[in-house]
Amino acid sequence: MRLDIRLPLGALFALIGALLVVQGLFGGGATVQTAGINIDLWWGVAMAAFGGLMLALARRS
Amino acid sequence: MHLGLIDWAIMALYFAFVLGIGYVLRNSVRTSSDFFLSGRSIPAWVAGLAFISANLGAQEVMGMAASGAKYGIMTSHFYWIGAIPAMLFLAVFMMPFYYGSRARSVPEYLKMRFDEKTRGLNAITFAIMTVFSSGISMYAMGLLLNLLLGWSFDFSVWVCALIVLAYITLGGLTSAIYNEVLQFFMIVFGFLPLVLLGLHDVGGWAGLKHGLEQVATSHGYAAGAWSESWAHMGSTSANPMGVEWFGMAMGLGFVLSFGYWCTDFLIVQRAMAAESMSAARRAPVIASFPKMLFPFLVILPGMIAIVLHQAGGGFSLPAKADGSLNYDMTVPLMLQHYFPQGLLGVGITALMASFMAGMAGNVTAFNTVFTCDIYQAYIKRDAPDAHYLWVGRLATVGGIAASVAAAYLASRFNNIMDMLQLVFAFVNAPLFATFLLGMFWKRTTGHGAFFGLIIGTLAAAAHHGLTLPAGAIPGIKGGWIAITQHYPSEMAQNFWTAIWAWSASFVATILISLATKARPEAELKGLVYSLTERTSDGEKRWWMRPASLALVALGLTLMLNLVFR
Repeated sequence: MRLDIRLPLGALFALIGALLVVQGLFGGGATVQTAGINIDLWWGVAMAAFGGLMLALARRS
Repeated sequence: MHLGLIDWAIMALYFAFVLGIGYVLRNSVRTSSDFFLSGRSIPAWVAGLAFISANLGAQEVMGMAASGAKYGIMTSHFYWIGAIPAMLFLAVFMMPFYYGSRARSVPEYLKMRFDEKTRGLNAITFAIMTVFSSGISMYAMGLLLNLLLGWSFDFSVWVCALIVLAYITLGGLTSAIYNEVLQFFMIVFGFLPLVLLGLHDVGGWAGLKHGLEQVATSHGYAAGAWSESWAHMGSTSANPMGVEWFGMAMGLGFVLSFGYWCTDFLIVQRAMAAESMSAARRAPVIASFPKMLFPFLVILPGMIAIVLHQAGGGFSLPAKADGSLNYDMTVPLMLQHYFPQGLLGVGITALMASFMAGMAGNVTAFNTVFTCDIYQAYIKRDAPDAHYLWVGRLATVGGIAASVAAAYLASRFNNIMDMLQLVFAFVNAPLFATFLLGMFWKRTTGHGAFFGLIIGTLAAAAHHGLTLPAGAIPGIKGGWIAITQHYPSEMAQNFWTAIWAWSASFVATILISLATKARPEAELKGLVYSLTERTSDGEKRWWMRPASLALVALGLTLMLNLVFR
């Protein structure tokens, strides 16, 4: 059975998202250039959520 | 550019996955069909995303942003006119022949429909162009990474070559397709925050429009020239691109775009790998939905950049030696301006992924055309399948080696990029006439196709040699025969070269076909529209039917054109 693309896709984005969240929480908060928005944190959550969604869809089939 | 540990970690993670996918897929490549065509088993959505990704190289991402800064929203024409209609046409009208004929490549379809010499001409020109294209991707990547990260040109080229070599040789087309899907989402997640942060910064769409009005008037155009895509196309002097609507619609919208999307094997190969006829026809339509939204992802950053540049303050585009702005630096500078470490890693990795996937796409197209249309056709005709699988892997090595050579050649001779653009235009425009006549007129013959192609290409060269864009020196830009016409911009000259090339090929193919012997109709079943039965796949759900899905896509694109006119 060939590899379902959603598995590596989901895993990659979940991991990158996690890294961004960690950077956002502990990385010194470089929010000056982004008008006070902790973009690493929020975007990390978004990417991790996307990764999770892909993994869930792959599991279901 | 200052990358932190997290950025390097993200980059390393991405490439580990790329290589890992190739490794995992190595066992599912058992036949040459697996290697060259993924065994025709790719789901429609995956084929669709790979379809659009194969076309979305980093040069397009960076080039579109640069155009967005230089020309404003008119750049969206490259998508809404210059891509969507052609993609939909390919899906609904041409895929039945590409997929139904069971051809393994575009040249192979030409062999089935016409004759050996037409196939040979297309195979050889395509093989050469695709290797150069690949080399230029590597060259552009080498330059950019040298500029942004300080990596040596050699290092970037060789590391890129080795990574692509590894995952293509192991996993074939499937590996390339899977990585293209990864690349697609990296681009979306890498650039969407740029758009969101940038729009927030300039005051939303209203603020952007206001800023663009300053830009337009300061360049001497009407206030809406940067923010309205159709309103200023009545004459070539009314807009910064220097084109008018007819040249744009016919040259770009019809000839160039159809010539590229409908005949370029790199793109069509992704749809040919689909798991069924329905999937193969739906893939380009599925691709059209993100494609129509991409202007907001890649063109907007450029428009935001020029507004920031105009407003003064912290952000500005550098000037080149001749005083004009270096628009090509738009994307790197925007990334640097808005992204903290972390997101910066995502953005840079997305760019690298695109360069690499662009190169990989060229390599998979090359190894298929070389093995099926050159090697099997002219060198060794009847060998067992395992032999061709082995040749395909060797061709991958050869193709990459040739690409590296092309990359170094491009670094020596700056004009190579311009030359390749030219050659593509000279070859693709006539080719579209050949396909159009081949698929929809049963009377078209092999002689007509072959000589029509040659005449079309010569007509393109002649038009280029006889005309010159304003402000250019005769030579690579044109006018090398004599100057009989000046065009206000290079783009206008390109569009009209394409129109002439297509028309010459169209007329020549018809005349020569009528003068030569027709093929018996029985041989053309399944290859021509009038001789192929229209089967219904029984699908009740409208979104699973290619034609209805295509109508929706067309409607949405029309709406986008209206909203941003």
